[in-house]
Amino acid sequence: MKPAPFVRHVPRTLQQALAMLSQLAGQDGRILAGGQSLVPIMAFRLAKPAHLIDINEIAGLDRLDSDGTALTIGARVRHAAFHGPAVDNPLAALLSYVARHIAHYPIRMRGTFCGSLAHADPASEWCLTAATLGATMIAKSQRGEREIAAADFFEGIMSTALAEDELLAEVRLPLLAADAKFGFNEFSRRAGDFAMASSLVTYRVADGKISEARIGVGGAESSPRRIEEAESALNGQPPGDPAFRAAALAASDAVDPLEDHQTNAEYRRDLVRAVVRRALEHSLT
Amino acid sequence: MNAPTKGSHGDALKWVGRAIRRLEDPALVTGQGHFTADLAATHWVRFVRSPNAAGTIGNIKAPDGALVITAADLKAVKKITPMLHKFEYKAVGQPILAEDVVRFVGEAVAAVVASSEEEAEDIADLVELNIDASMPLVDSRDALANGAPQIHIEAPGNVIVKGTVKTPGFDGVWASAAKVVKIDARSHRQNATPMEARAAHAAYDRTNGRVTLTCTTQMPHLMRTAIADLLGMRESDLRVIAPDVGGGFGQKMSLCSEYVLLVWLARKLKSTVAWTEDRRENLIASFHSRDQYVTLEGAFDKDAKLLALRADVVSNVGAYSCFPTTCGVEPLMAMAEMPGPYDVRHYQCLARGVLTNTCTMAAYRGVSRPIITFTIERLMDKAAKAFALDPVDIRRRNLIDKFPYTSATGLVYDEATYKETLDMAVHEIGVPAFRARQKEARARGRYLGIGFATFSERTGYGSPAFAARGMAITPGWETVHVSVDPSGYVEARIGSSPHGQGLRTTLAQIIADELGIPPDLIKVIHGDTDTAPYGWGTFASRSLVISGGATLIAARKVRAKLVKIASHMLEAAENDIVLEGGHAKVAGTDRTVSIASMAREIYTQAHRFKGELEPGLNESGTYDPPGTFSNACHVAIVDLDPDTGFVKVERYLVAEDAGRIINPMIADGQVHGGVAQGIGNALLEEIVYDGDGGILTANLADYMPPTAHEMPNIELHHIETPSTQSITKAKGLGEGGTIGAPAAVLNAINDALTPFNVEIDIIPATPQRIRAVLREAEQAKKKIA
Ligand SMILES: Cc1cc2nc3c(=O)[nH]c(=O)nc-3n(C[C@H](O)[C@H](O)[C@H](O)COP(=O)(O)OP(=O)(O)OC[C@H]3O[C@@H](n4cnc5c(N)ncnc54)[C@H](O)[C@@H]3O)c2cc1C
Repeated sequence: MKPAPFVRHVPRTLQQALAMLSQLAGQDGRILAGGQSLVPIMAFRLAKPAHLIDINEIAGLDRLDSDGTALTIGARVRHAAFHGPAVDNPLAALLSYVARHIAHYPIRMRGTFCGSLAHADPASEWCLTAATLGATMIAKSQRGEREIAAADFFEGIMSTALAEDELLAEVRLPLLAADAKFGFNEFSRRAGDFAMASSLVTYRVADGKISEARIGVGGAESSPRRIEEAESALNGQPPGDPAFRAAALAASDAVDPLEDHQTNAEYRRDLVRAVVRRALEHSLT
Repeated sequence: MNAPTKGSHGDALKWVGRAIRRLEDPALVTGQGHFTADLAATHWVRFVRSPNAAGTIGNIKAPDGALVITAADLKAVKKITPMLHKFEYKAVGQPILAEDVVRFVGEAVAAVVASSEEEAEDIADLVELNIDASMPLVDSRDALANGAPQIHIEAPGNVIVKGTVKTPGFDGVWASAAKVVKIDARSHRQNATPMEARAAHAAYDRTNGRVTLTCTTQMPHLMRTAIADLLGMRESDLRVIAPDVGGGFGQKMSLCSEYVLLVWLARKLKSTVAWTEDRRENLIASFHSRDQYVTLEGAFDKDAKLLALRADVVSNVGAYSCFPTTCGVEPLMAMAEMPGPYDVRHYQCLARGVLTNTCTMAAYRGVSRPIITFTIERLMDKAAKAFALDPVDIRRRNLIDKFPYTSATGLVYDEATYKETLDMAVHEIGVPAFRARQKEARARGRYLGIGFATFSERTGYGSPAFAARGMAITPGWETVHVSVDPSGYVEARIGSSPHGQGLRTTLAQIIADELGIPPDLIKVIHGDTDTAPYGWGTFASRSLVISGGATLIAARKVRAKLVKIASHMLEAAENDIVLEGGHAKVAGTDRTVSIASMAREIYTQAHRFKGELEPGLNESGTYDPPGTFSNACHVAIVDLDPDTGFVKVERYLVAEDAGRIINPMIADGQVHGGVAQGIGNALLEEIVYDGDGGILTANLADYMPPTAHEMPNIELHHIETPSTQSITKAKGLGEGGTIGAPAAVLNAINDALTPFNVEIDIIPATPQRIRAVLREAEQAKKKIA
């Protein structure tokens, strides 16, 4: 469990990093952020990058601020930055609640928000958050800068729309309406393990009826995504058990379940139904 | 260290029975422990392991200039060939590196030697194994099927060991039964997962040709014997050291081929060679356990009294047989101990060990007892249901309560408290209050369950018990040397090899009471074949009973000699001498002499004893007891989530009796750790093979030991029934926690499932498996509706 040989580069500026990336990407060069996914994979020799471009010394990549419409999260912002309120908006409570479900404390001190998105584990809580809330990804390379919508960003298990010379420099998460409600739930067999299914929901209530429902499901398919069938089962209904159950059932019918040795398709659907219902129930507490 | 207080045994100030802090902990908790992997080495080894479960080895291509060892280099080394002279056992050999064929994924095929671990791993990546793969046998039932390929030519039908028993008159009794209850139990495969994986370091001494093998093992002397045999060297040319060992749980009691190779390499290179196993290797290629199918039927009379048991045990023993116990250890223990704590006079059993293309099985804490206890305890709950009795009631009707009791398989049970611990557990858990809470919870859609497990734990058995298995290597006795040096400090050299059990503390407590000195003046030395007497090591809940007994014998001899010295020096009758507070005193007077002065005298002024006493203060004790049974009742309360199949263990209680308790804190620690492993076995831990014999759970994210989050608080209650079969009156308790927990948890899960009218008899009872039985119930309900 020793990684294969590699060279570590430590750029001080974004410009340097992008130059290195453009030069080394073709020779098996990769970004090293928190290292909480990449380093274990290297130890197992499932990845053998020849070059690591360590972005941890780059000033400016640690920004975490809001312009009143979105929260901007730089590439060096750690999971632990969300333990406390990150912004004066209901989004802060959502992020803080979700963050506590990611791995264990020491891992949250190192792992980054953007690194999670770039890594694109189907069970990642931040990937679910980005997909559900409609985040915008800011990708930078020597060729320039582009914005990628969450719906176009995740392309499958550990696969994204980022080109190999692109750095995910920032992610913008839209702020929530002041009266927005959110709920989150995930299922794992041990505390801190990756979720076998997870759900994040947000909605508003007007005249006793749900509107603007967003129901995201993670860990169940190759990428987390919003489930339209479940959202339409919820919109226009009063919050409560009948609507929650209907939405949960719609979500579990709609997913195309991933299978592994501890989760066959039927069981994954069971879990989706449970986590969606529980996320909705959580939104009432 | 606190001063001694009046002990529970009345007579005097006693160290035995007190929860003193462990003498081994200051070094361990301050990072001063010495572990095998801490040692520097000139050469490092990386094993190239088979990616195929079965197949023929073609050519092996090593990169130019690399030192890569294969079976072709090891022609002069014997194969590991453990032996039983009974039970139709077939001797099969395991080459140190796979020779001609591979038999499981992870089998070592080549060994790369390089100057660092990193370099060795880089080279290993470049070694090309050409293996002509064939279809493997993964499941024991497939290996038993007619026409299945044969894994070793010596074992037709892949059965390597077969035990049968049928008591006289069985059929008649069976036919007379009022009810027969049956269970088909399945225990999936597990790994003992010690915190420290395997590691070895072999150093050649050019001055004398000796090799010192430092390795993480539970039996250093047996490693020496076995490796010297295989390599054809004198035992005196090999020194084996077990330094601090980070847990073993049985996985480190068997001989590993890797250690043999290291000694061979150290001699070949005349240098220092090391290997540190990584977690992936440990999970795929160190020993596995518990892969069994058990079918058990119980025949009851009309009063729910158990008349007879009939069992069929199929144990998947993997590709080879482990040394020294052989792979008979699981099936034969299942056969011998299946009746557990119950009075049943008639018994029939067929127990087979079956070879497959999977990692070799070896003992793991509790060995077969976690499985057979789970099986018979589920059987008891099923029988209770069939007779409309309470689970506690049916146990009361059947538990052994007259001692000594000779079981249907000829085991002699000494005095124990099966009924008393059950009653204690029932009282402490508060069954009526629980049932009320359960009812109220069900009304709210929450499903709670309670489960009981009563069991006996055979511990501290010496060579006669092992001899009954017909073992070519028959372990059992232990020797201890206790000596007082000329400055009055005491050393005990022991053949046991503790690796976390706290034996340095508990044996010191035993000696302290004999010699009247505090335990921190007593050093217990173990784990080095050059300094410790030959012994069998630490396993099978034996060390406190057997090594403790030998310690007591030796310490009593030292005490007797000290009394003689004191009588001489104080000019008093031996009967008037008392040893206390580091001194010998003449009772009723103020005449005293310190142990230090006496020790100095017998070494440096030996002539003064005029030939009445030998010089020096060194005594030896050997103990080989018949064995003694501990017992316990475990109770689990679980909260089962029917939507996800998730089980939370809400409350866990143990009422146990392990005879005289030498150190209550250490005893409780053994139970805590054991229960944690047992809960892991019940709910979480499983080595999963795919159809090609590849392992899907080769890291600790996929193979899931419980963490602190998953553990309930464990409530402990004790009864102390001094053992008549152990001179310290102590019984062993190293395995009980693990033995009881799967049964208690599974009974609790099934109690929670009662409203759904489904059952689960599989460990681990994973959420997916629980949902599968619940889905059956949901579908059955839909059909009716
Ligand atoms: C025991 C354990 C449990 C865990 N449990 C969870 C869990 O429950 N939920 C969860 O979500 N995660 C979990 N993780 C993963 C953890 O959250 C990681 O921190 C995260 O997935 C990756 O972030 P990182 O900063 O560590 O990225 P790294 O490991 O440094 O990189 C991951 C990948 O992303 C690339 N990358 C990183 N940053 C960028 C960037 N800015 N632009 C382009 N590419 C980039 C890297 O090149 C690499 O390929 C767990 C990890 C461990 C070790």
